[in-house]
Amino acid sequence: MSLAQEHPKEVKQILAKYPPEHKRSAVMPLLYLAQRAEGYITKQAMQDIADTLEISVTDVGAIVGFYTLYHDKKEGKYRMQVCTDLPCALRGADQFMESLCANLGIKVGETTADGLLTLEAVTCLAGCDRAPMFQIQSRAGLKYYEDMTVDKTMELVEALKNAGQEAE
Amino acid sequence: MTKQVTLTIDGRQVTVPEGMLVVDAAKLAGIDVPVFCYHPKMEPVGMCRMCLVEIGRPLMDRNTGKAVLDEKGAPKLQFLPKLETACTNPVSDGMVVLTESEKAKAGQKSTVEFLLTSHPLDCPICDKGGECPLQNLTMAHGPGRSRFLYDEKMHLAKNVPLGELIYLDQERCIQCARCIRFQDEVAGDAVLGFDERARSTKIISLSDPEFDSVFSGNTTDICPVGALTTSDFRFGARPWELDASASICSQCPVGCNITFNTRREAKTDGRVVIKRVMPRQNEQVNETWICDKGRFAFHYVESKDRLNRPLLRKDGKLTRASWEAATKSAGGAFAKAGKNLVVLASGRLSNEDLFNLKALADQVGGRAVLYSNMGGGNLTSLVGAGQGTNLGEMGRGSTIVVAASDLYEEAPLWYLRVKQAAGRGATLIVANPRATKLERYANYVIRYSYGDEVKTIQDLTKKSRIGDAFVKAENAIILFGSEGLGLEGSTALATVCARALHDTKHVGKPNNGLIGVWQRANDEGAWEIGFHPEENLQAVFDRAAAVYIAGADPFGDGLLKIKNARRKPFIVVQDLFETETAKNADVVLPAQAYTERDGTFTSGERRVQRFYPAVPALEGTKPDFVITSQVAKQMGVILEGTSAAVVFEIMAEDHPSFAGLDYAALAEVKSQWPIVGRGDLYYGGTTYENKQGLGAPLSNAAQRAEKFSLPRVQKVAALRPRERKLLAVPITRLYDRGLTLSGAELLEGRIGEAFIALHPAAAERFKVRPGERVQLRLDGVSEEAPLRIDDSISAGVVLVPRSMGLPIHKPTEASLKSIKKAAGR
Amino acid sequence: MSHILLRHRDIPEISSLNVYRKNGGFEAFKKAVTKMKPGQVTDLVKASGLRGRGGAGFPTGVKWSFIDNKVWPHYVVANADESEPGTFKDREIMESNPFQFLEGVAIASYAVGANTAYVYLRGEFWQAAQFLDEKIAELEKAGLLGGRLFGTNYSLRIHTHLGAGAYICGEETAMLESIEGKRGQPRIRPPFPAVCGLYGKPTVVNNVETLTNLPMILANGADWYKSLGTPDSAGVKVFSLSGRVRKPGNYELPFGTTFRQLIYDHGGGVQDGRPVKAIMPAGASSSFIVANDQVLDTKMDYASVRTLGADLGSASVIVIDDTVPLDWVIHKTIHFFKHESCGKCTPCREGTYWMMHLIDRIPQSGYLKADVDLLLNVATQMQNKCLCPLGEFSTMAVVTGIERFPQDFRKA
Repeated sequence: MSLAQEHPKEVKQILAKYPPEHKRSAVMPLLYLAQRAEGYITKQAMQDIADTLEISVTDVGAIVGFYTLYHDKKEGKYRMQVCTDLPCALRGADQFMESLCANLGIKVGETTADGLLTLEAVTCLAGCDRAPMFQIQSRAGLKYYEDMTVDKTMELVEALKNAGQEAE
Repeated sequence: MTKQVTLTIDGRQVTVPEGMLVVDAAKLAGIDVPVFCYHPKMEPVGMCRMCLVEIGRPLMDRNTGKAVLDEKGAPKLQFLPKLETACTNPVSDGMVVLTESEKAKAGQKSTVEFLLTSHPLDCPICDKGGECPLQNLTMAHGPGRSRFLYDEKMHLAKNVPLGELIYLDQERCIQCARCIRFQDEVAGDAVLGFDERARSTKIISLSDPEFDSVFSGNTTDICPVGALTTSDFRFGARPWELDASASICSQCPVGCNITFNTRREAKTDGRVVIKRVMPRQNEQVNETWICDKGRFAFHYVESKDRLNRPLLRKDGKLTRASWEAATKSAGGAFAKAGKNLVVLASGRLSNEDLFNLKALADQVGGRAVLYSNMGGGNLTSLVGAGQGTNLGEMGRGSTIVVAASDLYEEAPLWYLRVKQAAGRGATLIVANPRATKLERYANYVIRYSYGDEVKTIQDLTKKSRIGDAFVKAENAIILFGSEGLGLEGSTALATVCARALHDTKHVGKPNNGLIGVWQRANDEGAWEIGFHPEENLQAVFDRAAAVYIAGADPFGDGLLKIKNARRKPFIVVQDLFETETAKNADVVLPAQAYTERDGTFTSGERRVQRFYPAVPALEGTKPDFVITSQVAKQMGVILEGTSAAVVFEIMAEDHPSFAGLDYAALAEVKSQWPIVGRGDLYYGGTTYENKQGLGAPLSNAAQRAEKFSLPRVQKVAALRPRERKLLAVPITRLYDRGLTLSGAELLEGRIGEAFIALHPAAAERFKVRPGERVQLRLDGVSEEAPLRIDDSISAGVVLVPRSMGLPIHKPTEASLKSIKKAAGR
Repeated sequence: MSHILLRHRDIPEISSLNVYRKNGGFEAFKKAVTKMKPGQVTDLVKASGLRGRGGAGFPTGVKWSFIDNKVWPHYVVANADESEPGTFKDREIMESNPFQFLEGVAIASYAVGANTAYVYLRGEFWQAAQFLDEKIAELEKAGLLGGRLFGTNYSLRIHTHLGAGAYICGEETAMLESIEGKRGQPRIRPPFPAVCGLYGKPTVVNNVETLTNLPMILANGADWYKSLGTPDSAGVKVFSLSGRVRKPGNYELPFGTTFRQLIYDHGGGVQDGRPVKAIMPAGASSSFIVANDQVLDTKMDYASVRTLGADLGSASVIVIDDTVPLDWVIHKTIHFFKHESCGKCTPCREGTYWMMHLIDRIPQSGYLKADVDLLLNVATQMQNKCLCPLGEFSTMAVVTGIERFPQDFRKA
């Protein structure tokens, strides 16, 4: 099913933001919409967006490739994106990340065995005053977690795990 | 006239049109500013930073608006602290450009050094080595040694197929985006893009099939490194081993100027072979581009199956014979046939070949028949595109009508040039019964029903918005084709187009007139020389005493058959291959390929252009015009049979359109812009400079102010789909099963199967699904083909591709059924 | 003194439209639309001395006056791409004082004759975008956005547009490309957006903080605004303080506040009581300032900071104490720019990659002088050759770090 069939209202709203002769502008919001379904963007979804906007599928793929919040591969259900940039690192982000890796039993860039969590190091998230901090990207969107400790983070991971089990 | 601007580049004073970029102004002045991303045919992007120069501009007094002068009274110059890119800055009066100052040199050197940090430097095994802008610019501007540790180089995939025609070496790519921009801006097929970013930036193509564009090969010409190569030429030869011969592409009526690169090689027993086809600049024809069919489909001329001995039928079997015996047999039969001789030839042959064939027919009072199912060539010699026509100059004020033709598939370079004209502001009207790619650039799209061609064009001259766009245009061109039409229908279409142009005074002058989108390279020439097609070829054949078939395979195409073996005409076939027709012949004469000899073709725009021998002739063959003269000799008729140039001169005396032309005139060149193909391959790419002739346009009757009258439009009883039946209509695809594509293994995937197409509602009615194989019954013949869906056509028609093995030559009643069902019964 | 921008710190419920309006909200916009000509708004903003808060510090009113009135329509784009390491002020403004920001967008739009404005938020501000969407809907419902505003013929719609993780989109032409649905790569300038911007139309791009100043300037006048700050740098600034301080955060202070006041009086001083070693006044794009008493007493305004061999930029003050080696710091900044380079121009794409290799290698190889010299040379070689400021700024920390802290690049 195409995006327009699946989310007619959202697609219409998104397209309405831009001049009709420049509907290509809608590619980024439509990609977010497509990413909601699977947690990543399938080739089929790219084709679908290309058809909707009358641009080539390669043009859509080039957008997916450029921006780091779009993903074209399935990974963890939650992507924990820890800022390890300079201001956070001055407040212990690197050590925080190391401890997280140890606690989760994975390296940066890896996904937990249960497929729950992918741990990523990212550049500045504009939360420098509340380091250590990270965001979690999931099908539900993006959420910031600031002034974090390893304990608080592990509690969160546990909660995410349980929430998933309850839902299933 | 545009305002002229005077500036100084490296101490040289240069006057150029306002708006020109510094890099181009320098080029005009003979100063080569190094570039990678800039290409004179594309919008500047300033991303590679190779063309860094110092630019000084006169300091202006804000109050007086005048230049501020220094102590010596010279204008004070203002230089930015940053180096500037010559490719993005337009010239201005009083500007001073330093391309070779210490600062500029240091900037250029640093860019080369940066590029080389990621480049594999595998020149010894790189196809581009020897004609590589990066290699050349490194030698000229780069540092002598690397400060970058080789072990820290980024390693990326080196053999990434972007489709089956083009390969990408990710390590060599310098991210100049020329290929991406070419596909987007020039070709209009945005099928290449960049994935990721920063140093991970890579070229990708996600289309299906990958790199889905008929212009893909051009990206390898403009790639400034060895990142993009063609599968055909890859690892085939080193550029410096290649010889170059000028030629004209024989694949369609555009007449693209090309260069054959050849080499003698052991692999082919020491024969000289064609290694690749390159574009040769002709700004009035193909600019610096060619399509992939022209680039990759040349292999048929080198086929192992070429005929190399005359054959004579002896005891019912074709057996080898001497030229003397074969031509004597043919000549004897023709002389005997007299006015019952039919010469059947196609636009695959050169003007010289066709002229001799026509002369032979005329000598005995026979008929010269053009092997084609498209009409209207008699009209182009009256009101064809006027001398001086250049689609590349048409823009605002001009109207271009494309009727019954899918230019992308039938004449790709015309598609590109018409698209570009629309981009410059020309009004584009696309009238076709089916959606085509060109529609994207059209101001008006007319989607008529198959059979309504004449009315559609008649309506163009009536009062309406579209009508005004055509009638009131300063210049108007109509390109007409044969989409969905046979001979009768296309003749009627051509006539109504000619009348429309004539009635609106769009004839007899440059950038006005009629252009036929013919099916073969030299159909226009054949018409000019006096060949005409016949609606019922079989009847003509059946009545003939002898037929001389050159460059055509009517038996293979299902247009002729022998009905009565005892009362059949004497058949002489002259061809490259032992075709189905040749198998039915009494005499077979082996012809030379056009790559082995010289001659001329006349393009659809009525430009006569020379081709030259590129490879030695296959032993045992002769040029068509020579063979014809030898046959004629056996009949006691003297025709020029040694020099193509002389044949051309005789022809020029005979035909007013050719008057005044000769081989020397066709070989004339004049300076073209942009300047390409010289030492600085980085500027225009590896396309060849044209040193062998730009050709010359034929005149037409309207231009010569001759009195003529246009024929009346013949009413065509257009077939309409009937209940439970379908109307099968022919459409043309670029990649088909025609002879000129045989042997092009590389294109096999693109040619694919002969699919047919239905409207979704029709598919539902016949209970067939897309992708399914169906049985199509046409003209009493049943054929299987996979089905596709086209929702732009009406429900009563089925699209059938020409030259794909299905017997379609004109609109024909057809029926269709699912094979599954048939099998189930 | 009460806040001008971070007013939520004084008026807790200001993110509710009622409370915002009770505190004078949308009176400035109404006044502009009903009582002022667009040119008068521009003149007022020019007179106020307001300069762009995104980093370049260009006078806002002057920027507006460049807009090409021969070509229409015009667009306003609010730059909410806040991605410079050490900058987190716009996020707080949008999350806590959204209406003042949106009123600023509306005033700017009226001044340049735009009927459509886009707020470009970095993709990570997904929650903020949702929040702003709600606020925009409230404004439309209240008749403060939409058609025929305040009974005039002026209409305005504001839309949010989310980026998706690309620092470069903070560069205004890259941002326009991104809104147009393309890869966020900077365009060649000129032409500038005021002439050829979004969809090729005249466009003004202003930072969130810049725009949030506008309602207060309209309400209180240019002279009032000028009376804050210094002659060179009028008004107040939100300083994002981060790094090795006790109380990092946003501090809205007049221009001319000293580094010492910011770090010690507001930021509570350095962690563990260590001395300040270096200051990066403009995030990762900064030149390093070697800290000493005189430096700490320098006023933070555009001109004064320049005397220290650095730029104030977006006033994202990262404090580095004496426990932090500078080669580690530039490793972080190089990594950032290498990751965020768009890849369009050669010096930035290749240069950041090369610098990364060198700074990786330098500590491992025991601070070989040849490697340090080469790093400095590569950074210098990139300068003045890049297509946009990103590449240029990527070299600032490298060059000033090596030049101003040579001891950190020598074997201990």
